Amino acid sequence: MTFLHHDVPLAWYLLLSAALFSLGVIGFLVKRNLITVFLSIELMLNAVNLSFVAFAYQWHQVRGQIFVFFVMMVAAAEAAVGLAIIIAIFRVRSTLAVDRIDLMKL
Amino acid sequence: MHLILFFLFAGLCLAGAINLLLQSHPINSALSLIVVMTSLAVLYLLLGAEFLAIAQIIVYAGAVMVLFTFVVMLLNAGREERTLGSRAAARIGFPAVAALLAVLATIILRAHGLSAAHLGVGLTDAPDSSNLVVLSQVLFHELLLPFEVTSVLILIAILGAVALARRDDPERTVEK
Repeated sequence: MTFLHHDVPLAWYLLLSAALFSLGVIGFLVKRNLITVFLSIELMLNAVNLSFVAFAYQWHQVRGQIFVFFVMMVAAAEAAVGLAIIIAIFRVRSTLAVDRIDLMKL
Repeated sequence: MHLILFFLFAGLCLAGAINLLLQSHPINSALSLIVVMTSLAVLYLLLGAEFLAIAQIIVYAGAVMVLFTFVVMLLNAGREERTLGSRAAARIGFPAVAALLAVLATIILRAHGLSAAHLGVGLTDAPDSSNLVVLSQVLFHELLLPFEVTSVLILIAILGAVALARRDDPERTVEK
């Protein structure tokens, strides 16, 4: 394995993860399209996955990577259900703007 | 070498994420998220997680993002318009998120013990066994039940997605 001697500090990976997470939060708050808001959630999930993998590398624990594996599976399920909900909303409301989808009532 | 690759793909990652925010059309945002996920896969490879790198490309950049782009094309989502709500969210959200990032960065840079000694199961301790071997040993022995439960979860999610996205019967729509 050539990964034994790593010259990038762990903190840089964590900083990258924090920056990606913050960009995801900004996207979640600022974007007005339902699909883009959902994409921002995926970005936040990916950012957290990166810090899991970085910690798993640093502490030589395989559990962190397994956690990322489960997060990926749950994220795939979440994406399928979420996009189905978006399709159902679009069929009723004919819009994807989050400002116009502010009632639970149809 | 690692340093160069890290900077290259971390920069690509951040550029993709910023582009996701700046684009006003959802399909461009989705495509830039694919860039982010693919660069993250390279970073996983740098961190010795080969299996996760491949899974990231196949599951995320492949399956999930194809689903996203498919829905964007299916719904023909147009450009988003700026509204009062988005301006308010931007005005309050940007300082709040900047504060969050500052707090996170301070904690990360000041935390001690981030470089603690080895604990437990070794990842790269045995040079002859790859990461995949260690990972599958833990996943399929100790964590077999959660793994199987995940498959049930995926099955339920597929059924739920089909049930949600299914169009109603034509006769029932006419009756309404």
